Amino acid sequence: MSDDVSTAERRVPFAASLRSKHRLRPAELLPLVAVAIVPLLGSGYYPLATQIAITVIFGLSLDLLVGYAGIVTLGHGIFFGVGAYASGIASVHGWGDPVSGLFIGAAAAAVVGVVQGFVVLRTARFTLLMLTLCSVFLVSEVANKAGWLTGGADGLTGVMTGPLLGVWTFDLDGRTGYLFSATVFVLVWIGLRGLVHAPFGQSIMAIRDNPGRAEAIGMAVRPRLLIVYTVSAAIAGTAGALQAEIDQFAGLKNVGFEISATILVMLALGGTGRLYGAMAGPAVYLIAQDLLAKINPAMWQLWLGLLIVATVLFVPGGLSSLADVFRGRGKR
Amino acid sequence: MVTLVEIAFQSLAYASVLYLVSVGLSVTLGLMGFVNLAHGIFAMAGGYVVATAISAAGAPWWVMVIAAPVVVALGAAVLERLLYSRLYGRGELDQVLFSIGLIFVAGAVVRLTFGPLPQQLRLPEALLQSLEVGPFSFFLYKLVVVAAGLAVAIGIHLGIERTRLGAMVRAAVENRGMAESIGLDTSRLFTATFALGGALGAVGGILGADVFSLGPTYAFEILVYVQTVVAVAGLGTLRGSFLASLLIATLQTVSAYYLPAFGTIILFSAVFLLLLARPRGLFGRIS
Repeated sequence: MSDDVSTAERRVPFAASLRSKHRLRPAELLPLVAVAIVPLLGSGYYPLATQIAITVIFGLSLDLLVGYAGIVTLGHGIFFGVGAYASGIASVHGWGDPVSGLFIGAAAAAVVGVVQGFVVLRTARFTLLMLTLCSVFLVSEVANKAGWLTGGADGLTGVMTGPLLGVWTFDLDGRTGYLFSATVFVLVWIGLRGLVHAPFGQSIMAIRDNPGRAEAIGMAVRPRLLIVYTVSAAIAGTAGALQAEIDQFAGLKNVGFEISATILVMLALGGTGRLYGAMAGPAVYLIAQDLLAKINPAMWQLWLGLLIVATVLFVPGGLSSLADVFRGRGKR
Repeated sequence: MVTLVEIAFQSLAYASVLYLVSVGLSVTLGLMGFVNLAHGIFAMAGGYVVATAISAAGAPWWVMVIAAPVVVALGAAVLERLLYSRLYGRGELDQVLFSIGLIFVAGAVVRLTFGPLPQQLRLPEALLQSLEVGPFSFFLYKLVVVAAGLAVAIGIHLGIERTRLGAMVRAAVENRGMAESIGLDTSRLFTATFALGGALGAVGGILGADVFSLGPTYAFEILVYVQTVVAVAGLGTLRGSFLASLLIATLQTVSAYYLPAFGTIILFSAVFLLLLARPRGLFGRIS
């Protein structure tokens, strides 16, 4: 990645190059435009747009791990699910406030993330992949068995989401839910954009590109990875909590291997290591699913599989890297 | 005592199936370093070929157990040449995604062709009886499965350790550049090894059709068990696979007998702890 920096850029000091990378490009406003357009389409699109916003938040959290920190995980659904269950359980016990519910979900996921990350980040590559895989099966089986807490296979019923900030109720046509999700998405995006362009984010990428060298110049590699892992878990937990609040339900589908693999697929379709890939991937995936899966789920699965295989083989940077091709910059 | 023998026999039979299904992955993942989550599609293909041949054409089971793996091996070789070989040396993320995509495609093809319901694989009448030895009773079919598992394990061990072909494969895996410079055609070796792995997977899929039912989601359902066997055995070793299968199968069978509610939790906790204590697995040489 660092090889692509042109010689002209290399002459300017590091702080200035960071600042120039951080500068907002006009194309980066496209997600905001998309967010603003949805209400104009009519209320029929609120549920899909809400789902996209939630999934994009989840995708962004995974991109932080996979794309920026180079940690490939098959168990990111754990944090989404823990967030969903935490806010759902709080709601069942009478705490239905949506905003603080998000913090409950994020905090619960962060706690699980810091503990699990502390353990699994001692390993790397295939072993790490296997540990995350075992973790996701463990957590979803625990959620299945702990019926008194989670409702087991039936899921958590009786989740009641209160009015937003005490004013706006979550109505049937989904307007409040959409605006809430979109706001959370924009906040997470701004936060993550700041994080990855900050020196901390740059150091994470340095660790990804060459852990040995990062360690040699004095970086505390594992603590930094643990911080990223925890932040990522918290954001995934936020997305999960949001999902539980919108659905007024939390179940096993929010926590298992399937959702972990799906989000990885969505992210990779969009392109890893760039925040906009984490937006494009889930959006394209969910819209295509909405259009195709209604007709024939098996055909949708076939096309999806072919699309993944073709993307990995021919467009390794994901769909969002095609934007660079159009701009004539070539490979990221 | 009778229960104990019963548990041991069930474990051994289940271990043989696990071993057959996953030994091919020990080759591709363990030796060639390809994180192939889609290994289960070969087992699925084997099972479906046999089930269809028996129900549609009335082919004898004995013939199909030999013929179907050959068909699957050819398919695997084609896949390796066309697709897999382009991804050697790519990062594990690309390999993981590619294989997930492949699972989707295989699952969709199966579902479009055979429908969403699981297929029945009819076993020959001759095997559907029990062998009585004193107070113990052994299901004849399971005995065949165990025999096949053991035969393959011994065959692989001898083949890799003692034959010239095995030595060539080991050399190509150890140092591909060096092997090529002394005149080995490593890409053909890899294709052949990959095809063999596919064939063994198919044998596992056929013999294990009563354990893992043949549905469109077969490859996803079996994925975690297959990966677990390879991870517990450790990368870069083929000898460990049978023991790893036996350990996992015993753990699952014992917990199914005594603590059926906690089988999954026990299994994955045990694997998790083992991988933490020994990140390279039991016999792994590389991490």
